[in-house]
Amino acid sequence: MHSFGYRLNALLTFAVTILALMCAMGSLSDNLNTPSPSAEIQIMNINWFQKQPQGNDEVSLTMNISADLQSLFTWNTKQVFIFVAAEYETPKNSLNQVSLWDAIIPAKEHAKFWIHTSNKYRFVDQGNNLRGKKFNLTLHWHVMPKTGKMFADKLVMTGYSLPEEYR
Amino acid sequence: MDWQGQKVAEQTMQIMLLVFAVIAFITGYVLGSFQIMILIYAGGVTLTTLITVPNWPFFNCHPLNWLDPSEAEKHPKPQVAVSSKKKATKK
Repeated sequence: MHSFGYRLNALLTFAVTILALMCAMGSLSDNLNTPSPSAEIQIMNINWFQKQPQGNDEVSLTMNISADLQSLFTWNTKQVFIFVAAEYETPKNSLNQVSLWDAIIPAKEHAKFWIHTSNKYRFVDQGNNLRGKKFNLTLHWHVMPKTGKMFADKLVMTGYSLPEEYR
Repeated sequence: MDWQGQKVAEQTMQIMLLVFAVIAFITGYVLGSFQIMILIYAGGVTLTTLITVPNWPFFNCHPLNWLDPSEAEKHPKPQVAVSSKKKATKK
């Protein structure tokens, strides 16, 4: 009854149960961390602003993104996915979100960064509502843990606007 | 492994795993490294396996002392009334 196999089985079962418990505690320990991220985005230039042949407005712009997201990282963080979205209101849709740029931060050492970039993904409106449009740039982030619950939050930056005329 | 050894082996296994889990979690949390936690715990599980799973001699310190057959014959097993009735009906 109390054989080699029985003892090994009992040990492994108990060991894995405790491991699951440790992972759960690791995930819960993330709640002790209160992140205080900061970010700033400047629009350096509107490269071009045109109406596509189909009638949709398209903008190309150059941004200067600087952020300090080091406080998002805990011992249980594998990586952080971030993206910048332009958010604005049109008569048809109360919230339009267009992703302009994204990145994966693999480690805390890379979480304080500065980048000068044009939009990675095309900024196209559903229609031609972009002339003179006021919009927000929002930095969204998703914290991917090694184990447990994912966290997501955002930082809204207001006060951007597009030119009145195509160029 | 004798009865006493089984009890000791099982308790040792549970206590060792729990202690290693606590040490691993605290060390990992303090050093801020998930990997260190996993490595310490993996080491603990391996050590516990080596100590409590094989049938080591120290689990056999309390062997059962069976009565000598001649001693048993001197004190015959008491007959239970119910069981003897059953046997009788079968016959």
